Amino acid sequence: MSAPDFAIDVTGVTKRFGDKTVVDAIALQVRRGEIYGFLGPNGSGKTTFIRMLCGLLTPDAGTGTCLGYDVRTQQADIKRNVGYMTQKFSYYEDLSIRENLDFVARIYGIPDRRAAVQHSLDRLGLAKRSHQLAGQLSGGWKQRLALAACLLHSPRLLLLDEPTAGVDPKARREFWDEIHQLAADGLTVLITTHYMDEAERCHRLAYLAYGRLLAGGSLAEVLASAKLFTWSVTGPELRTLAATLLGRPGVEQVTAFGNTLHVSGRDATSLDSTVAGLREPRHDWKRIPAGLEDVFISLMDCAKDNYS
Amino acid sequence: MSGLSFHRLWAVVLKEFIQMKRDRVTFGMMVGIPLMQLMMFGFAINSDPRHLPAAVHLADNGPFARTLVQALRTSDYFRVIKETESEAETQRLLQLGEVQFVVNIPVDFNRRLLRGERPTVLIEADASDPAATGPALNAVAQLANNVFNRDLPGSLAPLQAQNGPVDFRIHAHYNPENITQYNVVPGLMGVVLTMTMVVITALAITRERERGTMENLLSTPVRPFEVMVGKILPYIMVGYIQISLILVVAHFIFHVPMLGSLPLLYAVALLFIAANLAVGITFSTLAKNQLQAVQMAFFFFLPSILLSGFMFPFRGMPEWAQAIGSCLPNTHFLRIVRGILLKGNGLSEIAPQIWPLLIFLAIAMTIGVRRYRQTLD
Repeated sequence: MSAPDFAIDVTGVTKRFGDKTVVDAIALQVRRGEIYGFLGPNGSGKTTFIRMLCGLLTPDAGTGTCLGYDVRTQQADIKRNVGYMTQKFSYYEDLSIRENLDFVARIYGIPDRRAAVQHSLDRLGLAKRSHQLAGQLSGGWKQRLALAACLLHSPRLLLLDEPTAGVDPKARREFWDEIHQLAADGLTVLITTHYMDEAERCHRLAYLAYGRLLAGGSLAEVLASAKLFTWSVTGPELRTLAATLLGRPGVEQVTAFGNTLHVSGRDATSLDSTVAGLREPRHDWKRIPAGLEDVFISLMDCAKDNYS
Repeated sequence: MSGLSFHRLWAVVLKEFIQMKRDRVTFGMMVGIPLMQLMMFGFAINSDPRHLPAAVHLADNGPFARTLVQALRTSDYFRVIKETESEAETQRLLQLGEVQFVVNIPVDFNRRLLRGERPTVLIEADASDPAATGPALNAVAQLANNVFNRDLPGSLAPLQAQNGPVDFRIHAHYNPENITQYNVVPGLMGVVLTMTMVVITALAITRERERGTMENLLSTPVRPFEVMVGKILPYIMVGYIQISLILVVAHFIFHVPMLGSLPLLYAVALLFIAANLAVGITFSTLAKNQLQAVQMAFFFFLPSILLSGFMFPFRGMPEWAQAIGSCLPNTHFLRIVRGILLKGNGLSEIAPQIWPLLIFLAIAMTIGVRRYRQTLD
């Protein structure tokens, strides 16, 4: 695939704060029109990486392009073509929705500002509330405003940093439908999230921990690469069973999901023999495919914490 | 409801101390502000100012004239910095504010004193600040009589008439009626501008960072410089509205004389406003939140009121306090405003106050802009 087909194409991107390496030699390629999910625990360097992509921070090492512009030297061009939605709501709470959008439109010098703002209000269903102060909006509406504001200048790449934190399930679903619509129209989206259901709605995923990229690819590829085997158990006294399982050979994770236990490990043979030894008729044991969450927790446990 | 619980109370007290320890600026303020106030009120401020600069216009060189000058020199109230025979020069010194008094000893002082004709000594005072000149003028008559009592013994003793051998006439320039408002109201202009300009800019930029909107702003094509200037311009306008408001009130309510050029005042005010805004920007880069920004502004505000000559006569302060005062833009702006309004000073008379403002502005701008840039990456 030739270079122009990638919206993001970077290698070796590194950022240090003092003697702490927050982002450690990350390579990432995101195709145009793709929704790329960025996952990882808090403080894993996701936000710092995104800030380097959109020209807010200069990488200490590494090269690459964002929309064909050099991430080190053409930050001004990148800023004009990227929409960045920060983790925390960062529009003016003492300005109304329309005033916020007007401000952003003026900053980008959008021609025919009135029409552009009105179109954006209509499109995201903000028109009726356009005179409400941003500070009085609920989480879901704030998020809509933020999305409207970072789409106003018709960016070619959208960087969304935990856009759905604190947003109710219905608003989240509508948000994702919107994102898919935008991607279908050719926009590339890089999105960070902690929600597994959201991760599954991305075309491709990457998992970041302690500044390093641990896994990447489509959902199936990520699941397969972890080589994690999982049993599910239902039945009585699961708490006692969980305590018994922990520490046994092959058992790496024991997680309760309501009335079900998930028991996972990467060594299939010893996991299976442990399970065989503990089988009782009152419990119902089943082999299931490993879930994304099991895979990520397994990845995180294996990663060395080079921050502490 | 249970009664007072000591372990709960103790938990809150402990937590409060830990937070106090973490917030360095608040802690600094708790220790620094009382110390600053002690130093300023205890040592620097003097409501009975002495050693005020004076010039002597000496037209007679006789022994009694010399004695009088010597008496002035040794007195606590005056510090004779210039003896001259040119009247034009003394007038200029008074207008520039380099001396507080001019003592005019007339041509035939010696002869007329001996003849018992009570020669007139004219003392011209820069009374734009009545607090500075009052005590010294009261002291002067007393002083001369004591001096000549010693020098006029024997047959000359009758000259020590009830009224004293010399007739002191006092001419209070610029504010002949010693109206305090004439001094305070123009001075308020500097104080009000210092307070609002520093606090408002410090807050405006800190607020943007505290709420996270700065990050968003910088991810757009807008340049940091554009953000800064864009935030400052509205407050320059606010500053001008304040100046106009004070001038209107000064004119119609306090009837403060306005002898000089108001356009000149408005022009020079821009320098002063810019200097304060630069201080505000510097504070905003140091402060972590809006509260800290206000606290830092307070550190700047306190000496700007107390050591600038606004509340207490500048010349009455010890050298070190005058040195600190001379570094503050408000000190120079006060002299400019009072000079233009009360003395009718023009550009050439206020020039000595303009270049310190320019230097302050250049330094504050450099620090402010440099620090502002650093906070981004």
